[in-house]
Amino acid sequence: MQGGLFQRYDAGGFFCEMMRPAGRSEAGIDLVVERLARMDLEDLRRRANDAERELYNRGITFTVYSDKNAIDRILPFDLIPRILSAAEWTQIERGVIQRVTAINLFLADVYNRQRILSDGVVPRELVLGNVNFRPEMIEFKVPHGTYAHICGIDIVRDEAGQFLVLEDNARTPSGVSYVIENRHMMLRLFSDVMSGLRVRSVENYGMALHQALAELSPQSVTDPQIVLLSPGIYNSAYFEHIFLAREMGVPVVEGRDLVVEDGHVWMRTTAGLAPVHTIYRRINDDYLDPSVFRPESQLGLRGLMEVWRSGGVAIANAVGTGVADDKAIYAYMPRIIQYYLGEEPILPNVETRICGEVDGLQYTLDHLEELVVKPVGESGGYGMIVGPHASRQQIEDFRAKLKANPANYISQPVVKLSVAPTLSPEGVACRHVDLRPFAITGERTWVLPGGLTRVALRQGSLVVNSSQGGGSKDTWVLE
Amino acid sequence: MSASERSESLSSRPDRLLSRYAACIVWLARYMERIENLARILDVTETFARDDRDARNWLSIVQINADEKRFFAKYPQATAEAISRFYVLDRDNPTSIAAAIACAHENARTVRPLISTEMWSQINVFYNWVRQLGESDIAPWRISSLCAALKESCQLHSGITEGTFFRDQGWSFYAMGKYLERADQITRLVDIKYHTLLPSVQAVGSALDVSQWNALLRAGAGYHAFRRVCPRGMTPTAVVGFLLLNNSFPRSLVLCVQQVEWYLTQLRVRYGLRGGTRALEHFDALRSALIDQSIEQIIGSGLHEFLDWVQQQLNRVYAEIAGAFWETPQEQSQQQ
Repeated sequence: MQGGLFQRYDAGGFFCEMMRPAGRSEAGIDLVVERLARMDLEDLRRRANDAERELYNRGITFTVYSDKNAIDRILPFDLIPRILSAAEWTQIERGVIQRVTAINLFLADVYNRQRILSDGVVPRELVLGNVNFRPEMIEFKVPHGTYAHICGIDIVRDEAGQFLVLEDNARTPSGVSYVIENRHMMLRLFSDVMSGLRVRSVENYGMALHQALAELSPQSVTDPQIVLLSPGIYNSAYFEHIFLAREMGVPVVEGRDLVVEDGHVWMRTTAGLAPVHTIYRRINDDYLDPSVFRPESQLGLRGLMEVWRSGGVAIANAVGTGVADDKAIYAYMPRIIQYYLGEEPILPNVETRICGEVDGLQYTLDHLEELVVKPVGESGGYGMIVGPHASRQQIEDFRAKLKANPANYISQPVVKLSVAPTLSPEGVACRHVDLRPFAITGERTWVLPGGLTRVALRQGSLVVNSSQGGGSKDTWVLE
Repeated sequence: MSASERSESLSSRPDRLLSRYAACIVWLARYMERIENLARILDVTETFARDDRDARNWLSIVQINADEKRFFAKYPQATAEAISRFYVLDRDNPTSIAAAIACAHENARTVRPLISTEMWSQINVFYNWVRQLGESDIAPWRISSLCAALKESCQLHSGITEGTFFRDQGWSFYAMGKYLERADQITRLVDIKYHTLLPSVQAVGSALDVSQWNALLRAGAGYHAFRRVCPRGMTPTAVVGFLLLNNSFPRSLVLCVQQVEWYLTQLRVRYGLRGGTRALEHFDALRSALIDQSIEQIIGSGLHEFLDWVQQQLNRVYAEIAGAFWETPQEQSQQQ
């Protein structure tokens, strides 16, 4: 059966998302394998070129900053889809909802009664001393108790095929625009492979997001004005800001478009000031309001926090959610879920050691060659080291950094991430993938079926971040 | 804007237009129009400048754009080659096509939530294409086809815009930008060309004369229409009259001015915007100057002075529109 594209395919002992191990096959996936096997490599390359050209022409790009240069790049797109069975998706969906629920309960608690701290489940210092903990949020009641309205949960799969959560993104997770654009690309370029398959739609993300944001707005407003607050056209995620604003039918505003007056937020329009009810902000806490946070910020709006606190406007995500998606808090997430929900995590964590703790640091120093070590405050794959892939020199350099500031790091064993067949210069070969499903929480939590499958395009690489040579795939959830 | 000037039409949300978007859509239209006009002028100059007046013809492009200072800082002479490089490729020259498409692209990127996907894709492709143009593309034997391609890209933009751009406020601002720029461009073109070509009027009947006036008409795609309107001959006065006052010619001054006024009125009538009252007064003055005078009267009392006044009026109209719809009070006081 494995002819054509897959003639020389070898999953290298990893769990393969496409060529499932015996006994774990899935009719829909087998059908796709069969169809792909009939395609020849040249055909696939032609389609891949078409896809790249289309993405570039449509300006579906992100900006990479190196030194002084800013270069527009497309997120490399691999046409061979990553497919999830209905049962797999059910587990992920339930696990994500559970996790997001716990994150919101945790945030409501740490900014109010702090029971979880008094009960000693999470060390007080880890929360209150965290750079992303915002004292400004203490005793502020947010609508529906929801802080993280938009969440992206990074999930990987180990060699046994078990799903594990690698990271939570509760601030301003990005990537959902690619999920939808990738699907559109597939509908154009892979319709023959998709034909007859029942793949769950990703079309209604914009409407779901609009609805959740509308649910937040001050209650007296029947038809709220929602805006997306962006740092502007030079931001690396600007394409996504536009995309989401278009999907919701709302304007992309910058701080300079807004004014605070009479306890409300207004935007400057050609007809004068018009009221704004909900702000979906895609700028960081630090820059949101220069009168409360960084005084030099030109991106935010002076007085916004005060209007928000007095109920004049709603903001998503809430300020201060970063304390929940911090890599140090992550280690406690199974206990946090247990504490608030009395449940076992549906999606377990990757085993994690906290270098700020004596045992964790010692273990990490003793096993640097085997571990992944990550700084806690960073995202985007910056500043981490993958022990087995690092040179002796890199490890020693890192050891010094780790010793100088252990509290800044956590360590995890290297998860042998699952792979998926991916077009490479040598033909179709196995590459490591992860998955970032997106959850929207208004009155309740909804998860977009699928999510962003990121793929490490370099052979053997485990780093899937777009800033580090990663690409993406369409994610199909079968009905 | 003070609280007392808040929008009253809160129920008609789709009609709301962010001030910054209005400014960007006006400038998107202006830059695209500018590129088309420049490509047209480069094309006809290349085609018709073939003798000792060569340099003067090329120089007129510098004059139209009021670029003498910057151009001669870089090049000793207005040769075909220098002009092509300066106006097509040179991104440091703010009046070049490369700079204009970069600005158009940036404005389009800002108003991406407002414009159609097809508009955006085409501008993006156009921008990436211009960015990779090099010396070989402006070689003398290729400049004409390059200009044709540039012109067609602008026309493709116009066509896509006409067919896909949602007709709300944004459309009216877009049209105002386009016709304001076109009006400005035609006055510059006529002003420079008339005075460049006029000395040759004395050498009546020479074949070259006619071809130069033909070229001027062709720069605005008005040659055949002019022949239909004036089948019996071609005088400088008739050509200038056609370019400025013919209200059926799509690039004439009078038609462009009427279009700007019409779209401004649309914004006030259809969307209830209250700004722009003083701009309408400028239109009254422009209209009576353009409709109540013959071309002979205009030329008789000084064409250059007249065109200068028209350009000032157009600048005032733009300033009124910017002040009414997007500039904040601080920005206005900074400019004064």
